[in-house]
Amino acid sequence: MADTPKPDELAKIDHIPPLLKGWMDTPAEIKPGIYCYGSKPKDLNYVDMPNPRDWSPMDDDWKLPEDWEGIIHEGFKDRRDKFRTLKLFMDICVRCGACADKCHFFIGSGDPKNMPVLRAELIRSVYRKKFTTGGKLLGRLAGARELDEDVLKEWWYYLYQCTECRRCSLFCPYGIDTAEITIMGRELINLLGLNIDWIAAPVANCYRTGNHLGIQPHAYRDMIDFFVDEIEDVTGVRMEPSLNRKGAEILFITPSGDVFADPGTFTAMGYIMLFHYLESMGLDITWSTYASEGGNFGYFTSHEMAKRLNAKMYAEAERLGVKWILGGECGHMWRVLNQYMDTFNGPADFLEEPVSPITGTKFENAKTTKMTHIIEFTADLIRHNKLKLDPSRNDNLKVTYHDSCNPARGMGLLEEPRYVIKNVCNNFYEMPPSTIREQTFCCGSGAGLNAGENMELRMRGGFPRANAVEYVHKKYGVNMLSCICAIDRAVFPNLMEYWVPEVDVTGIHEMVANALVLEGEKERTTNLRGEPLPGMEDEEDV
Amino acid sequence: MISCLALYRQEGRRESPLKRKDGVRMNLESLLSEKRSLIIKKWRNTIVDTYPEETRRFFKKEKDQFSNPVGNIIDSQVGTLYDELIKGEDIGKISACLDKIIRIRAVQDFKPSHAIGFVLELKRIIREALGSKVSLNGLFAELELLEDRIDKTSLLAFDIYSQCRQKIYEIRVNEVKNHVGKLLERANLTVEIPE
Repeated sequence: MADTPKPDELAKIDHIPPLLKGWMDTPAEIKPGIYCYGSKPKDLNYVDMPNPRDWSPMDDDWKLPEDWEGIIHEGFKDRRDKFRTLKLFMDICVRCGACADKCHFFIGSGDPKNMPVLRAELIRSVYRKKFTTGGKLLGRLAGARELDEDVLKEWWYYLYQCTECRRCSLFCPYGIDTAEITIMGRELINLLGLNIDWIAAPVANCYRTGNHLGIQPHAYRDMIDFFVDEIEDVTGVRMEPSLNRKGAEILFITPSGDVFADPGTFTAMGYIMLFHYLESMGLDITWSTYASEGGNFGYFTSHEMAKRLNAKMYAEAERLGVKWILGGECGHMWRVLNQYMDTFNGPADFLEEPVSPITGTKFENAKTTKMTHIIEFTADLIRHNKLKLDPSRNDNLKVTYHDSCNPARGMGLLEEPRYVIKNVCNNFYEMPPSTIREQTFCCGSGAGLNAGENMELRMRGGFPRANAVEYVHKKYGVNMLSCICAIDRAVFPNLMEYWVPEVDVTGIHEMVANALVLEGEKERTTNLRGEPLPGMEDEEDV
Repeated sequence: MISCLALYRQEGRRESPLKRKDGVRMNLESLLSEKRSLIIKKWRNTIVDTYPEETRRFFKKEKDQFSNPVGNIIDSQVGTLYDELIKGEDIGKISACLDKIIRIRAVQDFKPSHAIGFVLELKRIIREALGSKVSLNGLFAELELLEDRIDKTSLLAFDIYSQCRQKIYEIRVNEVKNHVGKLLERANLTVEIPE
């Protein structure tokens, strides 16, 4: 955690609260490139979400249910009574504005309604009018306003311009978590059927098939087979990862992005190679074609939906009879696992506290959830000298590390990724301190905003991160941005292409696998991407 | 970009030193250098003023380049762009400065004309800053040349803006292709003709 500032440091803070003037009279103008397409009725129907219909955010008429104001009122009241945090966060903000300039969307867009304080105020103003005496009596004087259709559209527009990254909450003197306000706001508008397509479709797919893209088990199997062939080409070693194997000691669950989208696929190959390497040392692990998604877009819809989608992890662990679960490199998956899974779907009393079969290390931090992050698992292996590594194979890379928001701010995974990187490559450079670790800047596309139609939003939201990458690219020649999140791996290549085209993107286990010296391997001439290893540029196999 | 480059070259370099009342020879370049800080400040403010009031305060106040990249890039690039425009020699440097500013504005809430309009604003700012000194020193011809250069720079800005937008569309298309195409191929649902 960050050091507590000393009194003399605090005294130096020159703070002027934001003006927050005139924003109630500036209705939101929904713009192409910023908004995401509306949810489709088939997806909402499939998971029994209310008020499914065809609608478009660009239409004047959103075809709202007749009693939409009553639905919001009741929904708000229900959540205010159920969640102490919501009531607290609605009541205690003094609008000091400490969070105002900390949001990547505000920094990149310059739109004041992207200031976390003002984004929350969009909802707070209605809360005051509905639920506080001052707001009911004094109206605007008390910062209160009625909920009408324009206000509702404004909610929708800006609730899908927040990635729930929680950087702003780091700076709030009261500890208000604006991400939770966004979460609640999204729950409320979902009562009216106002989700976005990029969230609603993955949710329905995940509920039906187990993963965001609706990939069925045989296609999942085909992808794993494809990886096995690719790995054999590069290493000369044939591997046999198991799928859906009952009686295995450990179940491995990773985001489907690793299995189906570059460059995450190279990270997936990295997992397969690591598991193969450890097999002879006692690792007994299986993948699953049913628990085929670590990510959880239900979390961007409602708590109930997050719980429903997450349930498959424990269900599959129980079906296969494993002792504990190992999880892949993912972002929001870990927020759900670390902070919610135990109460959502627990207690997982049929599982055991995770213990590394190679080193004997007990992962006490996962005592209740029974699920360990692979970066902790690998860092522990390296710490106990269990991996034969040749970091020079990554000498063509000058690497920096992006702390993915949820593992960093949500669960404190700060040192393990760096420890692993420093052991598998020789050139590592940190980005400036105010842009990493707890203060990391979001990729700009999380929380379901990695759709294509909102590309301008993604580019501006990711700009503060890209700006820091450009700095280390120019200063140290950094050419590789590493991360431990599947959404990061999916969206950073595009972000880099726009802002810093000389920088590529990788997961950490791709670099681990390239450095890993396998027993019986042929002379390696290329990395997993088929690019020549340093010093092998003239080899025929390349 | 090539056409703009050609326009810059046609214009050539012109030396037209004139005498000031005190006898010191004075040309437009030295007048512009004298007023440099004032012009740059006004030009920067013109750009920052295209943002809402709340945002302006932040862009001007926060000096850390990582906490406030937009404000700092406007700050740093406007000065360099001004100097390069006055010299009018290095179109590469002018393009680089424009790119830094326009790449940001191309993804913000601006119409195309608003995103690049700041370039033409420089003409007004320079005329206001120099005031009667232009006529006193008989510098209209030189000023016309500079304004012509600013006009050409605005065309260059248009090119850069278009390239940024084009890149956004390319990224969108490629993302869709990668999502669908590679997936089908890898799942053995489609087979490409081998080379």
